[in-house]
Amino acid sequence: MASQEMEQLVRREYKQGFVTDIESDTMPPGLDENTIAFISHKKGEPEWMLEWRLDAYRQWLKMTSPSWAHLDYPPIDYQAISYYSAPKKPEDRPQSLDEVDPKLLETYEKLGIPLHERAALAGVAVDAVFDSVSVTTTFKEKLSEAGVIFCSISEAIRNYPELVKQYMGTVVPKGDNYFAALNSAVFTDGSFVFVPEGVTCPMELSTYFRINAANTGQFERTLIICEKQAQVSYLEGCTAPMRDENQLHAAVVELVALEDAYIKYSTVQNWYPGDEDGKGGIYNFVTKRGDCRGDRSRISWTQVETGSAITWKYPSCVLRGKDSVGEFYSVAVTNNRQQADTGTKMIHIGENTRSTIVSKGISAGRANQSYRGLVKIGPRAKNARNFTQCDSLLIGDQCGAHTFPYQEIGNSTATVEHEATTSKIGEDQLFYCQSRGISEEDAVNMIVNGFCKDVFQELPMEFAVEAEALLNVTLEGAVG
Amino acid sequence: MLEVKDLHVTVEGSEILKGLSLTVNAGEVHAIMGPNGAGKSTLSAVIAGKDGYEVTSGSITFEGRDVLEMEIEERAQAGLLLGFQYPVEIPGVKNIYLLKAALNAQRVARGEGEIPAPEFMKLVKEKINFMKMDSSFLQRAVNEGFSGGEKKRNEILQMLVLQPKLAMLDEIDSGLDIDAMKVVAQGVNSLRDPERGILIVTHYQRLLDHVEPDVVHVLVDGRIVKSGDKDLALELESRGYDWLVEESAA
Repeated sequence: MASQEMEQLVRREYKQGFVTDIESDTMPPGLDENTIAFISHKKGEPEWMLEWRLDAYRQWLKMTSPSWAHLDYPPIDYQAISYYSAPKKPEDRPQSLDEVDPKLLETYEKLGIPLHERAALAGVAVDAVFDSVSVTTTFKEKLSEAGVIFCSISEAIRNYPELVKQYMGTVVPKGDNYFAALNSAVFTDGSFVFVPEGVTCPMELSTYFRINAANTGQFERTLIICEKQAQVSYLEGCTAPMRDENQLHAAVVELVALEDAYIKYSTVQNWYPGDEDGKGGIYNFVTKRGDCRGDRSRISWTQVETGSAITWKYPSCVLRGKDSVGEFYSVAVTNNRQQADTGTKMIHIGENTRSTIVSKGISAGRANQSYRGLVKIGPRAKNARNFTQCDSLLIGDQCGAHTFPYQEIGNSTATVEHEATTSKIGEDQLFYCQSRGISEEDAVNMIVNGFCKDVFQELPMEFAVEAEALLNVTLEGAVG
Repeated sequence: MLEVKDLHVTVEGSEILKGLSLTVNAGEVHAIMGPNGAGKSTLSAVIAGKDGYEVTSGSITFEGRDVLEMEIEERAQAGLLLGFQYPVEIPGVKNIYLLKAALNAQRVARGEGEIPAPEFMKLVKEKINFMKMDSSFLQRAVNEGFSGGEKKRNEILQMLVLQPKLAMLDEIDSGLDIDAMKVVAQGVNSLRDPERGILIVTHYQRLLDHVEPDVVHVLVDGRIVKSGDKDLALELESRGYDWLVEESAA
């Protein structure tokens, strides 16, 4: 049966009412208020959460998809997407690595990913491979001793409703933008982190350790709160190419830092970029924002973006507290037909606020990449300072790099510096390395990694090593 | 070991080398001198395999292998190494990292396997002391912010670590003060070996005061017009190139 017919059939059945369908694990494509009620019900959410979602949905209906980004993709049919599917049962997943695409395994090998992790990443029924429970249990015990809450957002809504109510949507409001509104209506997964006053989280938190992390959803919602003098380092994503059948991803991440708090958020994003012609790749529309709410608070975003067919992403900082600090370190790599429009916004509101932006863009093949950054200094942000450095590296002559810096300076005491360079990977540099006996491919890797060093050194150690390997794999065959 | 026969090379349509022949044997130091624009740097660039140089006729062989058929890195792996007049900067790549990657690439190509880290550190330390360079150089990005003299010393340092069979030095003496020149010369002299050939390309005679060549060639208008021993270099120093230019035109 053609899949289209199947879909129609499923839809027809669905129209008979979602109540009778509530036991099913996957929802047919389509989006309306019933869909949202279904999700909310499945997640066992309280009434207020459903109302919140529906309000977001009603706002979304009145909005239009943004068109200002330097991206080219066909219109997305939101009625053709399925908004909920329960985690796959173990028996439906590959039972061992032998059943996994050898090409995927080859990539894991190149990235140096440990064997047991490869299985989890490839979607192998984890329990059949290694015992994840013990790791997770030790991990959870350590955190609860410190008083840190780390769980899925769904659990948080059920178990810590007051915290969620207090903070969710206060950094990225429901109607902030088209994709954020969509996420607010239909989010199904994500992380929740709460670090109480004075606590430094005893370990780096990673989505990898979260239970059910293998089923990262297409509409993730993450909320991280650091109370006064609290600190946390959070790692999102993974260097390995993630298996995912959903094409559209629209995540929202909200960070809240109170007085003297420090949140370091590191991302390595390597979603499927599509084939050489860009077919089948992930569309990644993400809203990430941190609120430096307290004085002397600090939020630092570090991202390495190598995947996705389309990337639309601007991790931002709202520097509300006096002397608060916002940082953005980014490496974005696009190859083949990939497109990325990425950058940051630094909104200076408080006095003596400081921000640093270091963006490194690498384009190869026929890829197109844009840096889009806003530095806004409000009238009360006396002595605010920003430093922006934005470098692009081109490999080959069919790719493009674009820079769109915006500056809105609202008072005369601000210091704003912007440096930008665009360079082609130097033939002279390549020749120099090769004439020392180093192969062209290794030479490119060496030069590109050197170019990204300022950002990589901001990553947690083991992530930095993986990120280098990832870059090399991403640019394989880009030259020559 | 190196045999260049009747080499014709064009760059962007104009012929730079017009039938150059040259033989360098193991254990010999050759100096190629000549006025600006004679094609001196073209010769070493073609041997190393730089893009943009079209060999229209003639041949280059190294230990019996056809050099023109080899990839750039294969030439280096075979033992042909060029020291640059203007080595490029590579931001973010540590000098020591490049050295190690180059040495290992060459060793692996020769089937020797990678060098153990302690052995490598010992080797580099010894060579860097010999070149009177501070060990902080190793941690700096390749050539980034190096002075002219530092860049040249660094090129020689690479030679000392990589130990090529044929070392080609392109204008390695340009822009050096007398102290730096002595250190560089000392480095080149330490490369002298019965198993190794050295090819020095230079405009001035002064380096040859410190590194005594076995053979001096004068390159004028794409051809070697005169070869001789070290006395030829001294003669060029006192008489200049004009008389040879006129002789070759006649």
